[in-house]
Amino acid sequence: MSALFKNGRSGLRQRSFRKPTEDPIWLKALLGTLAIGFIAVLLLLPLALVFKEALAHGLSPFWAAMIEPDSLAAVRLSLTAAAIAVPLNTVFGIAAAWSIAKFDFRGKTFLVTLIDLPFSVSPVVSGLIYVLVFGMQGWLGPSLADHNIHILFALPGIVLATIFVTFPFVARELIPLMTDQGRDEEEAAATLGATGFQTFLRVTLPNIKWGLLYGVLLCNARALGEFGAVSVVSGHIRGVTNTMPLHVELLYNNYDYVGAFAVAALLAMLALVTLVLKTLLEWRYADELAASHRH
Amino acid sequence: MSLTVDSVSKKFGRFPALNGASFVAPQGGFVSLLGPSGSGKTTLLRILGGLEFADGGSVRFADLNWLDMPARTRNAGFVFQQYALFKHMTVADNIAFGLRVRPRHKRPSKGDIQNRVKQLLDLVQLPGLDARYPSQLSGGQRQRVALARALAIEPRMLLLDEPFGALDAKVRKELRADLRRIHDHAGVTTIFVTHDQEEAFAVADLVAVMKDGRIEQYGTPAEVRRNPRTAFVSEFLSA
Repeated sequence: MSALFKNGRSGLRQRSFRKPTEDPIWLKALLGTLAIGFIAVLLLLPLALVFKEALAHGLSPFWAAMIEPDSLAAVRLSLTAAAIAVPLNTVFGIAAAWSIAKFDFRGKTFLVTLIDLPFSVSPVVSGLIYVLVFGMQGWLGPSLADHNIHILFALPGIVLATIFVTFPFVARELIPLMTDQGRDEEEAAATLGATGFQTFLRVTLPNIKWGLLYGVLLCNARALGEFGAVSVVSGHIRGVTNTMPLHVELLYNNYDYVGAFAVAALLAMLALVTLVLKTLLEWRYADELAASHRH
Repeated sequence: MSLTVDSVSKKFGRFPALNGASFVAPQGGFVSLLGPSGSGKTTLLRILGGLEFADGGSVRFADLNWLDMPARTRNAGFVFQQYALFKHMTVADNIAFGLRVRPRHKRPSKGDIQNRVKQLLDLVQLPGLDARYPSQLSGGQRQRVALARALAIEPRMLLLDEPFGALDAKVRKELRADLRRIHDHAGVTTIFVTHDQEEAFAVADLVAVMKDGRIEQYGTPAEVRRNPRTAFVSEFLSA
């Protein structure tokens, strides 16, 4: 009798160990292996290969390829383009998200579609659009050339193409967030006497800062890495209009593998820095982050 | 300094939310707008707060053409059903918000703001909670903070939109009594929206029963209860 009772109890205990939502161990193991394998083969392996190839002949050829004047020029150009495009898209993105999330107006859906356009259009096509507008055979090209203004095959064209391609990142990140937050806090601020600008600075901005930061980081990563659109408008002038991704291609096509992978490694490291920065901020402000998600 | 609401109307698309609502609230009065959902009571309150714009009619408060003023200059404290506290600010910063956004020449000194926050926390019976964040408070406590925040600006008018709607019965009763006490203490004209007739009758000096964007009956709780003027009012009160 007592043995039976004991058996019954231990059986019960075994069952209560498993939560109702928990899956059997073999399924967990299978899914886990699949996921890790996927990440390893598709993400980690290529990244490791980039560094392996870059360092294939040791550190000094790698370093020489990095500080080669054309490479440095490409780094400088990429950083300049990002430094102009990212702040502008941050402002555009906040303005677009603010108007879409906090106001009702005719044509709102159309505006959202427009914002998504750069995601759905191939970057090469968006580069070509600028060629059609600003090129010598284009609408504005001849008159701009008369006034000695160069857009294509120069920094302005590269910046324009980068802005176009990276436009949705900040806005896309913010629209659902701001829609979800609603207008309550802004309305409360207005009844308490705050001006529109005070409301934005003291209420809206603090509420969206994490989403904004994330959007800006994504936007920055893409701005540095953009290839297609920039490739069309840049003209590939070595040391002048070659951005980092274009320079990687150029070196690779010239069979300079160490050079190509060295610049690629640098590009990858910039992306990693972005990621580390994001993780650090999330870790540092974890409490505040959690507090703003609850409520 | 009485509040005169005269035939205010408002349409959302083709749906008429307000159909010529009129009433007069005496200075320092406590008026309850009572009605089922969709009767236009919240719309009327939001128009008084400057959060919604009337299509027609007029509102005068003292000698002010109330509807021509933006929400920001009306100095009307608004309390929302879902609290609408600033999540990223402490309780003290929430309460001080309305004082801190004032133009420099009207802004109290830091010390004065601190004192005012402390007084208000005592008034709403939350002493010592100034450093908490809204997410660390219960629903009733949040609404007390919202009330303190609205009172901080020394409002000309206090507007409450179903302030106790999200709270349980016991907390509602406590807060209701506190609200009445605070109203009597501050003497500020108060408009209180609710769909709960027991609450309206318990707390207000005057009750406006609303239906389909109009005021069906307006009077003291005793009058309205004794002489329901329309079939709708008597039905709504007996429900």
